[in-house]
Amino acid sequence: MGRFIYRRLVHGLVVILGVTVIVFVVTRMVGDPVQVMLPLESTPEQRAAFEQKLGLDRPIPIQFVEFMGNLVRLDFGESLWQKRPAMDIVFEKLPMTILLTAVGIGFACVMAIPLGIIAALRPGGVVDRVTVFGSLLGLSVPQFWLGLLFIVVFAVQFKILPTSGTGTPAHILLPALTMGLPTLARLVMLVRSSMIDELNRQYVKTSFAKGLPFVRVVGLHALRNAGLPIMTLVGWEVIRSLAGYSVVVETVFAWPGIGLTAIQAIEREDLILIQAIVFTAAVCVVLINIAMDFLYKLIDPRLKLA
Amino acid sequence: MTASPKIPLLEARDLVVNFYTRGGVVQASRGVSFQVDYGQTLGIVGESGSGKSVAVQAVMGLIFTPGHIEGGDILFKGRSLLDPAGRKFVRQVRGKEIAMIFQDPMTSLNPVFTIGTQITEVLRHHMGMTKDQARHRAMGLLDMVDINAPEKRLKQYPHEMSGGMRQRVMIAMALACEPRLIIADEPTTALDVTIQAQILELLADLQQRLNVSVILITHDLGVVAQLCHRVAVMYAGRIVEVGDADQVFAAPVHPYTQGLIRATPRLDVVTERMVSIDGVPPDLISPPKGCAFFPRCDQAKKACSRMQALVELGDDRHVSCWCAAKENVR
Repeated sequence: MGRFIYRRLVHGLVVILGVTVIVFVVTRMVGDPVQVMLPLESTPEQRAAFEQKLGLDRPIPIQFVEFMGNLVRLDFGESLWQKRPAMDIVFEKLPMTILLTAVGIGFACVMAIPLGIIAALRPGGVVDRVTVFGSLLGLSVPQFWLGLLFIVVFAVQFKILPTSGTGTPAHILLPALTMGLPTLARLVMLVRSSMIDELNRQYVKTSFAKGLPFVRVVGLHALRNAGLPIMTLVGWEVIRSLAGYSVVVETVFAWPGIGLTAIQAIEREDLILIQAIVFTAAVCVVLINIAMDFLYKLIDPRLKLA
Repeated sequence: MTASPKIPLLEARDLVVNFYTRGGVVQASRGVSFQVDYGQTLGIVGESGSGKSVAVQAVMGLIFTPGHIEGGDILFKGRSLLDPAGRKFVRQVRGKEIAMIFQDPMTSLNPVFTIGTQITEVLRHHMGMTKDQARHRAMGLLDMVDINAPEKRLKQYPHEMSGGMRQRVMIAMALACEPRLIIADEPTTALDVTIQAQILELLADLQQRLNVSVILITHDLGVVAQLCHRVAVMYAGRIVEVGDADQVFAAPVHPYTQGLIRATPRLDVVTERMVSIDGVPPDLISPPKGCAFFPRCDQAKKACSRMQALVELGDDRHVSCWCAAKENVR
């Protein structure tokens, strides 16, 4: 077990390092922050001074060494846009995104697992057909459009929920729903097909022959076996939500999370902040992956941790 | 034995099971009747697809869509297992008084639960035992089926055990609630020959020690001759001959039974090549009206194509063949 943790952590560090290097290189290739930050009429002297202040005048390798040195202390420097440490901004925004993801994915799981099981009990039955149709619909709808639709219907038309922003618990409903619905659609299909597979296995017959209650056979014996693919998808969806969907959803709903901040940082060519955000996202992805490996082992003892 | 000798432990009456498939309605069980007495071993033989498994799965309530039990009844200690009013009784019986062992031990155990969990859950559910009581009993059960180091085994998962060992676990699980009847559906088909002998020996030994009734499904006639008191021969969803095992083997009446016995390889008789029964079993989507074996039968008469015979030969021996009628009755 100890060896497993050690190996996964080393592996994760390599991934994070790789991502950081790529971000470092890319941010220095695509834009010139000096041009963005300083007014058009600023003199070459002012530009040079600013460049020097950021350390951009020095050779790239030296910049890189310094960058990595600061990285160890989680110090990316001050955000060019907000004039305060980039990591402070990240730590301020990240909890909002985590909250949104938790509610959205949580909602998807709570709905998808029972629905998928019920559909799987009678493939071709009414519940099954409605579920499959519904999830196909959910799969085909673009997320940003779904969010706008919700705003138009619930906020503008019926005026029962706020359009955007934060404040009350009601504020999270629409963004979380927008975040969770496509996930729900994908998840329910997987739960359904995995459960259909498992319910046809011999051990299910054994469990019924043992006289065990229906709920125990389906909800414990079969579901735990179906758990592996389901969990893989949930992990993937969490990753996508933190480091992907959040950008779309938070932009539509002006949700002050890491996704919205990322978009704003990109617009302002705030390379310090971009680096901090991408680094954080990479760390999240690596941590979630390690957690998934643990959970796999927990539900399927046949897997060896390696 | 509390019940009067007239009531058998288990009785199936005219059991009809159909499977509604895309290709048509498969009549897997077309009026199967058999009974098992206390402490008795009944062997059910027949080739693949003859409806042996379906008949006993009906007993265990394991017929799922697209299958349906369409007719007949199953009585355990004289009470119906199919009557919707007796659901509580059925729940008490299945898994407790009737237990089942399956064909393939590699897939019959749940791969993600320990052996211990899978044995104790039966005990806790049916006998209301506490965790500790159930664990204690489970160790005793593993010991009973000759698994060493039971304490260690309880913590193991199915994949850590061999096929023979897993089948022993299945047997232990079946024995857990001291059942009156064990249904073993081809319990050795998926095992190596040497392990087969061990498992059968174990079953026979337990049957005698615990005085439990057994229904043994197999296509190995040698096994039946060795272990079973009575034998029922199935063909195309029907029982064609049933009777005392010794009698049936000594003097098989139905041409199909005769063919089966002839087709069994023997060490003491030198044959040029394997004997087989020509032809194939009928399609159970549209089974023949009369005797299903008629097209393959070498003693077929005109009457065979019209109607199935039902002949009682005495000694609780029944044969459904017109040949038997001509020779022994009327």
